[in-house]
Amino acid sequence: MTFHDLAYDAGKTDFHRKAQPVGQGREGELLEVAMGPQHPSTHGVFRMDVVLDGETVVKLKPVFGYLHRNHEKIAENTSYLGSMPYTDRLDYFCSLTNNWAYALSVEKLAGLQVPERAEYIRLITAELTRVLNHTCLAGFLLQDMGALGTPLMYAFREREKILDLIESLTGARMMCNYMRFGGCRCDLPAGWLDAAKKVVAEYPKFLDEFDALLSGNEILMARTQGVGKLSAELAINAGITGPMLRASGVDYDLRKVDNYGIYSRYPFRVPLGDHGDVYDRYMIRMLEMRESLKILEPALKDIPEGPVVDPKAKLRGFRPKAGEAYGRIETPKGELGFYLISDGSPNPYRYRVRPPSLINLTILEDMCLGQTIADAVITLGSVDIVLGEVDR
Amino acid sequence: MLGTGILKGMVETAKNFAGSYHDPERLTTVEYPEQRIASKENARQFPFLVHDTEDPMKGLRCVACQICEKECPPQCIYIVKSKDKRADYKGQMQFYPATFDIDLSVCMSCQICVEVCPFESIKMDTEFELSNTDRFGGLLVNKHQLAKSNEHYRKIHPTEAAASDAALAVEVAKAQAKAKADVEAKAKAAAEAKTKAEAAAAAGPVGAPASAPAPKPSSPAAAPAA
Repeated sequence: MTFHDLAYDAGKTDFHRKAQPVGQGREGELLEVAMGPQHPSTHGVFRMDVVLDGETVVKLKPVFGYLHRNHEKIAENTSYLGSMPYTDRLDYFCSLTNNWAYALSVEKLAGLQVPERAEYIRLITAELTRVLNHTCLAGFLLQDMGALGTPLMYAFREREKILDLIESLTGARMMCNYMRFGGCRCDLPAGWLDAAKKVVAEYPKFLDEFDALLSGNEILMARTQGVGKLSAELAINAGITGPMLRASGVDYDLRKVDNYGIYSRYPFRVPLGDHGDVYDRYMIRMLEMRESLKILEPALKDIPEGPVVDPKAKLRGFRPKAGEAYGRIETPKGELGFYLISDGSPNPYRYRVRPPSLINLTILEDMCLGQTIADAVITLGSVDIVLGEVDR
Repeated sequence: MLGTGILKGMVETAKNFAGSYHDPERLTTVEYPEQRIASKENARQFPFLVHDTEDPMKGLRCVACQICEKECPPQCIYIVKSKDKRADYKGQMQFYPATFDIDLSVCMSCQICVEVCPFESIKMDTEFELSNTDRFGGLLVNKHQLAKSNEHYRKIHPTEAAASDAALAVEVAKAQAKAKADVEAKAKAAAEAKTKAEAAAAAGPVGAPASAPAPKPSSPAAAPAA
């Protein structure tokens, strides 16, 4: 007896049924779709459980945790210095700002002073990182919208120039591990400042090109204007930070509010949006890049000579006094904070990360309800998440 | 007018497309592996051990202090200290690593081992083509594979190597000065002892009564105990 006969006899397979059109007799039913965790538009291993009525989203549940690496617990079991390379892996596009946020909170905890030159290096690298992140985001957002290839390739071409700078400074393109408690790991290599000045001077040319290519594009406007709206009230109540909050018209930038580092020395404007839609979030980032370049240009000229690390800071046997500290900075994605409790031992008693990506993501359902599934994809793209930071 | 934005964008792409035929600056890709970009001076991939002499195993600077093993965040270094000691580059007797293994599949190239090493003995290599068919043993490298000469280090990181060489030269100079001082001190002590002995010999009979009261201080201490 063959397998075919068996199956036929058991009545499990009806070989004589008639073909029917898909969905017949199912009008008005809701459809559940699991987008991800390997969907290309979800920017990593992230899942959206979407309930659809036709093409309209009626329910959306973000599911994350696929990239969970136990970052906080690992940090509580290694030395303070040992978790510095792990912070690179939070938001792997902006490892330098992650380093800074962590170094800042440890410096608060241990009372270390950062030398002048190191402050300048931190400001320069952080602003370069902001430009780099927003460039990538613009490319990815357009990729989500279906502009396959061209904008992303142009963005990556420019990103490469900044990555070259970062590599020649820190030794790695993405996992920089550059900041240290009380300064930076090493001084700028010879000729770095000139190379950086050149990149900064040429960057507006690319931004103009990108603006000409896309910002006025009718298809882009039609796809993004009025999509994924977020009201200022909801954004504040949900704890949204970064460009997403400013796109809703709330003037809140930690560089102005906290005045950490030496940001108060350089005048720059904080771009604000009116509508809080995807287009505003895109434009805010384009404008922020220009503001960052405005900070970079004088900072690269003003950088003084001197040591790059506090001589009091120790690499080995670093034991801050018992206490707690919360250090936060404005990363390209929002407020990144590290909360540390020390009990006087070489490793932190409690180590907590406040990741901007995760908190910005919690509002996703409110932005997507009542829109089509294609709009949900670009709304997610405009939130600017990196799963390394969401899941930790 | 509707469509102007799209047309403007088209002009940009056309410029880039046509420009790539005329301007080599616009051709940004490199045809690896036929073409390669020289690695940056600061570039780091995985650690190696520096040796100074012809025989890599005899000239390893590592003294098996195990600081890097302790500080390594992903714990990818395994060291067994030797039982005996040998002279290091400045002539001091030191342990050496009987085993020094690094699991490169665990290593995350963070450079913390390099920063914490007080002996300038572990440095970062720029070699990145390490693909291997052996999944478990292939990237577990031992000290024979890790040992590379100081010349190699000078070649890949010239600025850093110069600083490291200078630091070592200072150490050697210190050690030599100390050795010299030690030799002088020893000679001085020997000379002093000699003159004392001579003096004692010259004094002759005076020496015997002088040594006699010596045990006295210990006897009161012993008495209460008894």
